[in-house]
Parts: sequence; C-alpha cells; structure tokens
Amino acid sequence: MGHVLSTAIVLLVFWLTLSGRYEQFLVTAGIICSIFIALLAARMNLADKEGHPIHLAISALAYWPWLVWQIILSAINVAKIIINPALPVSPTMTRVKMSQKTDVARVTYANSITLTPGTISVDIEGDDIIVHAITRENAIDLEGGSMDRRCAKFEGSV
Amino acid sequence: MSLDLILDIVSWALLLSGGFFCIVGALGLLRMPDSFTRLHAASVIDTLGVGPIILGLMVQSGWTLTTARLGIVLILIFFTSPVAGHAIARAMRHRDVKPILSEDRTGERH
Repeated sequence: MGHVLSTAIVLLVFWLTLSGRYEQFLVTAGIICSIFIALLAARMNLADKEGHPIHLAISALAYWPWLVWQIILSAINVAKIIINPALPVSPTMTRVKMSQKTDVARVTYANSITLTPGTISVDIEGDDIIVHAITRENAIDLEGGSMDRRCAKFEGSV
Repeated sequence: MSLDLILDIVSWALLLSGGFFCIVGALGLLRMPDSFTRLHAASVIDTLGVGPIILGLMVQSGWTLTTARLGIVLILIFFTSPVAGHAIARAMRHRDVKPILSEDRTGERH
C-alpha cells in the first residue's frame, strides 16, 4: 500500500510539473488519474519494491553524490585521453563480481559502471559482469571493487 | 557585483564547459579505433556534456517551473543513457563483434 501511495504522489508531482496549470478541474483530474494509474500499476505488479524502489531513497542520497563525483573524475580522465595526440588507450575486457542481492541494486551497479566514462558493462554471466574498459588502469580500478561495495551498502545488505 | 551578474557568470561557465566536453566527445567518436572505445567517448557527452549544459540552463531560468522540467530531463538522461550504451555493447557482443583489446582479463578463450 505504501508503494501504491508513493507511486500516486510521484505521478501527481510529475503531472503538476509538466502541466504548469493549476485550475481546479485539471488538478482534480490529475489526482484521480494518478490514483487510478497507481492502482493499475499495482495490479500489474509494477508498483512494488522493484518497479518503484522508494525504500532506497535515503541511501540514494548518500550514493548519488559519490557517483556524480566518480563520473566527473573519470569523464575528465577520458577527455584527457581523447585530447592526447598519442591516444593512449589500452582496451581491456574484464570480469567483476556483483555482491548485491537484489535486482534493483544489480541494475544500479551495472548502470553506474556504464554511466562512468571509461567503463561499460557489456554482459552479465551469473554473478559476474563483463566490463569493457578503455584503459587497463580503469579495469583494475573496477576490479578493486570499491563501487561494488558502495552499491551493496546502497541496497543495505552490508 | 549584482546577483544577476554572478548568476550569469556561473551559468555561462557551466554552458561553456558542457559545450567543451561535447566537442571533446565528438572528437573522441572520430579518433577512437573501434565501436567499443567509441562508446566510451560518447559517454563523456552523456555525462559531462549534457549535465553542465542543463545545469547552466537551470541557473538561467531561476526558480521557475522550467527549472523543475529541466531537472526531469536531467534525471531522464542519467537513467536512460547507460541503458542505451549497455544495449549497444551487449548487441555487439552477442553478434560476435570482436573488440580491439590490448588485454583480455575475462578468462575466456577466443
């Protein structure tokens, strides 16, 4: 029930932000539609822990700033490689362990790897992610597993 | 110095740095040797290209509804661009597109 309610609230805020018109009729229609869609989503098993992971909101506040900082550092690093006339790339395929239990945290980890310039998650085999890294150093950094530990902490399993 | 001037300076700094990283990313798309490494160059545009540009536009529009909408665009891009990048990489692997590698640490035989 909590997930249905928060789905409805998120939908309503989304609608109010996009519409920008606050006449009584439109707001009422928005409220009714949000509740209806949230109930529909609950019936389709979409408004649950996986489809609407609102319970992770607080740990996301700790994880995202760290992720943004990592993205800035590695984007500058990749930009330096591009600008360097020698183009010092050493493409490496590697295999990193996922220690997360839930699918949401695994998706977060794989997406974080891809979002960070210099590493792309290519495939998943069991509990491993196959990663393509632009330099050998990037691959070894990722194998060190600090992002993996942060993601496990993010889902609350550590 | 008035507040407007400071906001203008901040937003222009963000817009220019975003534009700079877009150009660097485009240059990388041209310079990189194969499709996998080109994806890395593209992800520079997705992150440090798009992010500062949208933040700069948010500073320009101030505390309005437009800022909130730009925030939604930013969140959308941050959630969808890794999915698209992963889809391309995965499709290439499953189609047996061989990346140019200097080292393979996956422990697979090719």
